[in-house]
Amino acid sequence: MDKLNKKILIEFIIPIFAVLLALIFSDILILIYKESPLKIYKLLLEGTIFNSYGIGQVIFKTTPLIFSGLAVAFAFRTGLFNIGGEGQLYMGTFVTAVIGAYLPDSIPRFLAVILCLLGGFLAGGLIGFIPGFLKAKTGSHEVINTIMLNFIVLAFINYLLVTYFRVPETLHTKEIISNAHLARLSEFIPALDSTYASLAFVIAILTAIVVYVILWKTKFGYELRAVGHNPEAAATAGINVKKCIMMSMAISGGLAGLIGLNYVLGDKYYFEEGFSSGLGFMGIAVALLGRNHPLGVVIAAFLFGVLSEGGLVINAVVPKELVDILQAIVIICVVASTTEVRKILARGK
Amino acid sequence: MAENIIELKNIVKRFGKVLANNNINIAVRKGEVHAIVGENGAGKSTLMKILYGLYHPDEGQIIINGETIIKNSPKNAVKHGIGMVHQHFMLIPPLTVAENVILGMETSKGPFVDINTANQRIKKLSDDFNLHIDPSKKIEDLSVGENQRVEIIKVLYRGANILILDEPTAVLTPKEVEDFFKVIKSLIAQGKTVIIITHKLDEIMEISDRITIIKHGETVDTINTKDTSPKEIARMMVGRDVLLQAEKKVAQTGKVILDVKNLSVTKSKDVLALDNLNFEIKAGEVLGFAGVEGNGQTELIEALMGLNTEKIKSGKILLEGNDLSNSLTKERLEQGFSHIPEDRHKRGLVLEYQNSDNLILGQQHNFTRTGLLDRIGIDEHSERLIKEFDVRPPHKEVLSGGLSGGNQQKIIIAREFFRKFKFLIAAQPTRGVDIGAIEFIHKQIIKARDEGKAILLVSAELNEIISLSDRIAVLYKGKIVKIVDADKTNKNELGMYMTGASNG
Repeated sequence: MDKLNKKILIEFIIPIFAVLLALIFSDILILIYKESPLKIYKLLLEGTIFNSYGIGQVIFKTTPLIFSGLAVAFAFRTGLFNIGGEGQLYMGTFVTAVIGAYLPDSIPRFLAVILCLLGGFLAGGLIGFIPGFLKAKTGSHEVINTIMLNFIVLAFINYLLVTYFRVPETLHTKEIISNAHLARLSEFIPALDSTYASLAFVIAILTAIVVYVILWKTKFGYELRAVGHNPEAAATAGINVKKCIMMSMAISGGLAGLIGLNYVLGDKYYFEEGFSSGLGFMGIAVALLGRNHPLGVVIAAFLFGVLSEGGLVINAVVPKELVDILQAIVIICVVASTTEVRKILARGK
Repeated sequence: MAENIIELKNIVKRFGKVLANNNINIAVRKGEVHAIVGENGAGKSTLMKILYGLYHPDEGQIIINGETIIKNSPKNAVKHGIGMVHQHFMLIPPLTVAENVILGMETSKGPFVDINTANQRIKKLSDDFNLHIDPSKKIEDLSVGENQRVEIIKVLYRGANILILDEPTAVLTPKEVEDFFKVIKSLIAQGKTVIIITHKLDEIMEISDRITIIKHGETVDTINTKDTSPKEIARMMVGRDVLLQAEKKVAQTGKVILDVKNLSVTKSKDVLALDNLNFEIKAGEVLGFAGVEGNGQTELIEALMGLNTEKIKSGKILLEGNDLSNSLTKERLEQGFSHIPEDRHKRGLVLEYQNSDNLILGQQHNFTRTGLLDRIGIDEHSERLIKEFDVRPPHKEVLSGGLSGGNQQKIIIAREFFRKFKFLIAAQPTRGVDIGAIEFIHKQIIKARDEGKAILLVSAELNEIISLSDRIAVLYKGKIVKIVDADKTNKNELGMYMTGASNG
């Protein structure tokens, strides 16, 4: 069994190593800025995880990153690189908002939320399915097709928004009905008062658990991962590789379709053009740092949530772009250290 | 007594807890052909890599030409006249022989590569050692046997006096093996020393002067070839008596199980990989497919299994009269196909999966309850199969990628024999598997045949084909040249058909 523990250890060491390496780089940057790194980090932590308002805001920022990371990780486990999260999340969020806005007021609260969720998932899933279908049927690469679809979907949604769905003089849809609102966490935990953290976070955690169960506990997940590791062996064993590719991309897109849940059902209550600012792409970083595992994704999303909120906190002392740089360095370090750490460990034997 | 050109003394090499080489002692004499034999995982490759400077021994001494080598490296090994010909050729197909040979040590004339001098030197080497290689030809236009001779030229060009040949005959036809032995003889005649690593006992008997047997990382003994027999070598390798020839009763054939009609498969646009194949296999019968690799075997297996079906041009595949030509791979498996793939890494296993997950690959639906994997059932099943098939190490949680080739093959064999099958494709079932395991796998195949299964055997080993099959079909350029009864043929006759001759 110590072999298993070692495996888990390696999975954790790589991201920790990457974060530490990133901290060293950012120390240098802070020093160049003639500030004390310790002071900045203290400020950052005090403003985020060491006060209740900070925690609430971190949870708010973590929620979409969990969905985004799960979307990338899910496809990755089937050997697919979904970088179309941005398009999928736009479609998903837009549909969520439209459903929420046009549901009858009398609909029960639970049902309203379920319908919005389902709509977002299916709409995002449809956008994910297209490159999956193209890959399965024609062999064209999903990376190219997901990127290209991003442009198409964004333009299409803007067209729909501007032409049919916007509230005049604005760039957002009309508000969703109040029964489709997700409760703020502060209703249950008063300490989180005045933060935007909502039940969307709980849904995100539940989704991570569901993803874990699907991938590692079901026959379907067993087949998906077999395709991800070795599609030829999977095909030889009678697994329908093409179907797996299409299903995986659709589910990945569906997960991305839920990224905007937090925003539409828990915060603004409408869809607005340009609300995402790259959340779909951040999923790649989250999945990478989280080693494509749902637990890792949740932890990594939380870390990026802290950094994102922390950027606002330290903005008074150093530019918040410092945090953007820190995030970028973390990503580069994860990518670069994956093989390095393995080598070091192998040598230490 | 001839002088020792290489001495390896008390070599110990550990990888973590694994002892790959434990106190190995070998002395190679100048001008001899020295064979090193041992089962897979016995430590042959590690030892050769130590000699070639790719690994450093934890303990022990390497003495070359009487000089103790302190810090060995491939560069140093080359300097001391050691050349290694790897099992897998390391040549660049679109380049010429000369360009490949001089790669990494190009002589130049001003800014240009001096290819003419290289051509002349290679021509001379080729003539001196009877290699028959034209330095200006492209690698992609050469046969496998010629490729190998280019590899030999490569090491000779670098001044090698001691050649290490790793499983050199694995990819050669019988005729090419004969030519290859001539090359070895001319190398020896010119004063070179040859170390040959192989597991083919009859070849060792034919070509070597002395044999060192390695077992579990230790030297068992070094013996003179003329004083021993294959049976004795096998016993020393495995530690017990081994059946070198599969024993089987006369086939009791029943009705036709597999019927293949007019099967044609395309390779590229106008080229056929399989050209109008017709054959049938009866219950209780092994039909062996002999042929040089690349003559359509892979395409035949894929077509039968329903893989890469877009390449199939025409033909029917019937199992007990049911037309499965348009069935999915999954349906064929459910109908009673079983399949030991020819390339276990490519098609047989998910190397990143643990053994228990690989043992249910393709049968996962039998270990599922309401969509969820039945972990307890899978674990019990795996433990049973691992014990029954003697997989080592005997752990279901170990990743299959970490097993030796022989044990990986056992995982596949265990899984495929567990299926309720009527028809088995056994493609290269013992490739890279040690002789103890070969015996076991052969017994399993014979047992299945005696139980009335139809078996299609594809193997590059003619001995295996002849000893297991009841009938043998020879494939050449996608056509069945001939189907013969196994007990009425021999290697030479098959070798002729394999090169396209249609009557022996």
